[in-house]
Amino acid sequence: MDYFIELLFSGLSRGAIYALIALGYTMVYGIIGLINFAHGEIYMIGAFTSFIIATILTILGFPALAIIVLAGLAAVIWSASYGYTIEKIAYKPLRHAPRLSALISAIGMSMFLQNYVLLAQTSDFLPFPQLIPDFAFMEPIAHIVGSSDMVILVVTTVVMICLTILIKYTRIGKAMRATSQDRTMAMLVGINVNRIISVTFIIGSSLAAIGGMLVASHIGQINFYIGFIAGIKAFTAAVLGGIGSIPGAVLGSVVLGLTESFATGYISSDYEDVFAFSLLVLILIFKPSGILGKVDTQKV
Amino acid sequence: MFTLQEIKRSLLVSIWFVFLTFPLMVIRVDSIEKTVQWRWMNMVYVAIGSFLLSFVFRYMLQRKEMKSDDNGDDDKKDKTGRSFIHQGLADPRYRNIILGSLLAVALIFPHVFSTYQTSIMTTALMYVVLGLGLNIVVGLAGLLDLGYVAFYAVGAYTYALLYHFFGLGFWVALPIGGLLAAAFGILLGIPVLRLRGDYLAIVTLGFGEIIRLVMENWGEFSQGPSGVSNIPRPSFLGIDMSLDTALIYTYYLMLLFVIFTIFFVNRLQDSRLGRAWIALREDEIACQAMGIDKMKTKLVAFSLGAFWAGIVGVIFAAKTTFISPRSFTFIESAIILSIVVLGGMGSIIGVIIGAFILILLPEYLRALSEYRMLAFGAILVCMMVFRPQGIIGSIRRTYTYKKQTDGEVS
Repeated sequence: MDYFIELLFSGLSRGAIYALIALGYTMVYGIIGLINFAHGEIYMIGAFTSFIIATILTILGFPALAIIVLAGLAAVIWSASYGYTIEKIAYKPLRHAPRLSALISAIGMSMFLQNYVLLAQTSDFLPFPQLIPDFAFMEPIAHIVGSSDMVILVVTTVVMICLTILIKYTRIGKAMRATSQDRTMAMLVGINVNRIISVTFIIGSSLAAIGGMLVASHIGQINFYIGFIAGIKAFTAAVLGGIGSIPGAVLGSVVLGLTESFATGYISSDYEDVFAFSLLVLILIFKPSGILGKVDTQKV
Repeated sequence: MFTLQEIKRSLLVSIWFVFLTFPLMVIRVDSIEKTVQWRWMNMVYVAIGSFLLSFVFRYMLQRKEMKSDDNGDDDKKDKTGRSFIHQGLADPRYRNIILGSLLAVALIFPHVFSTYQTSIMTTALMYVVLGLGLNIVVGLAGLLDLGYVAFYAVGAYTYALLYHFFGLGFWVALPIGGLLAAAFGILLGIPVLRLRGDYLAIVTLGFGEIIRLVMENWGEFSQGPSGVSNIPRPSFLGIDMSLDTALIYTYYLMLLFVIFTIFFVNRLQDSRLGRAWIALREDEIACQAMGIDKMKTKLVAFSLGAFWAGIVGVIFAAKTTFISPRSFTFIESAIILSIVVLGGMGSIIGVIIGAFILILLPEYLRALSEYRMLAFGAILVCMMVFRPQGIIGSIRRTYTYKKQTDGEVS
């Protein structure tokens, strides 16, 4: 039973991380209908930025809490800036081009960023400092649920609630929903669509940065390549839940996280990534619109 | 162009990029030794580089917009200006001379240059075929396949394992490798091709990774990460060949295969099927209304592309005599995609030139080879933003009404 609960929690925290990344995919897809391939790289850049800032602050002797907050803030700021810049360079000039062009541009951006970090930093695995301490009150159940699993779950839940409020109740959220429903119409009623798209990229990138920092501190090492696999898996989660749908992305991420956790726990850990991809293929065969997605009909 | 306002804008861009690249480019930390290294020089490079590049970026964008503005007489310009390669090839007199001399150069190449050069050339020729194969899928049918390397791996492993377990030779494995890859293409295509293009990209990407991971982890079957070694080179009527002769032989084999592929793809492009692909790429709904079986047409494109990759895979295994899962990463797919995009999607000459540029340049500019993938990424983005048709775009087949003059009546 303990083993089951352990797997359950590790699956949930895994799912929470996927959700943070998958939201960026699903929001961008909802608004401009593009799979932002470079999103995984934003997550990786978030992890690297927080690593660099956290190490500097540790050397300067800041207290633990300040390090977490400042490193997280830096990760969010820089990742959001990268997301904004990428959109301006690689996607905005292609707004009216065929879908395939934008997709290829996104793949190019992803390759570029990966190798940019590889050249600017290093190709080795870097040991990431453990930012989240082991809490004393978690002691009795520490062998089942780790502190960082708990922190990941709590942070993700808080972020999700904030995001829901932002999208449901604020002006900008309303404008985002309007843009994703019908871009031309949104323009006609006076919404600055370019700004909304930028905001979407900024929000998505910030979420990915938070995810990047949490997961790097949880796993304890980072590398320029982490964004690639995480990106594909988060995308799988977004498709699983129904791409374009925000609750769907969260649900899909949790399902994917649990599947992976149980499959590696009970079957074999060698094929961890294979499970995720197989799940993706299976969903696309049987329910291509995802769990909560709308069936989209093609019209002339 | 260099007004004060422009300079101001570029300055702002430059400041923005300095800020953007600050943590990653300037700082390098060592969390174990607790040291921080500040690389201020990088900051200067970024500032100057982004300042200059922002001018180029804006100038190119403006030029592109101007071009799309006067679309009306674009056709005229195209016929005279851009496509002098196409024109040269269209005229039978020039075509025969060009192709003849190219063939002559290709034929004497291994006798003039060293074995090392020949070997590089063989690799380049392999990428030409891979590019042409992917061109069927991406360029003609408009299906973005990001896991093309999976089919290449299927071909390579088919030969390696057939030899390893059953001792089958190269010539037997060659068609089997191709057909097996095509079969995988159909198997993967059936569920996925019903969906919109973007899903296809991700699923093929996932499939490419699955094949690699299975090969890495299924030790008893594929010998795991250490790979399969001692694969025999291609044989010729059972004659024993020295290493050099074998390499030259592989080169000629590959050359023959390239010529066959070019011929085949060229004919295919103008066939009923080829025209159906292009139509499908442009508008699926209109296509269905015209009575084209969308599913079947796509599936044929997908499996034909896979077939080519499988065959090149077999040749690759025979050429290097050693394969491991590391030869079949996503990077490989990305390189092939870059070849197709750089050369021009749907254009055969373009893809051939693209393959030579992208494979031979990094080979001879060894010093820059670590920037290779960075450049490939940048190429994909820049080509899409500034020149989506590639260096040598394909020309649409159109009816041209020639006025019959006295001299040229045929």
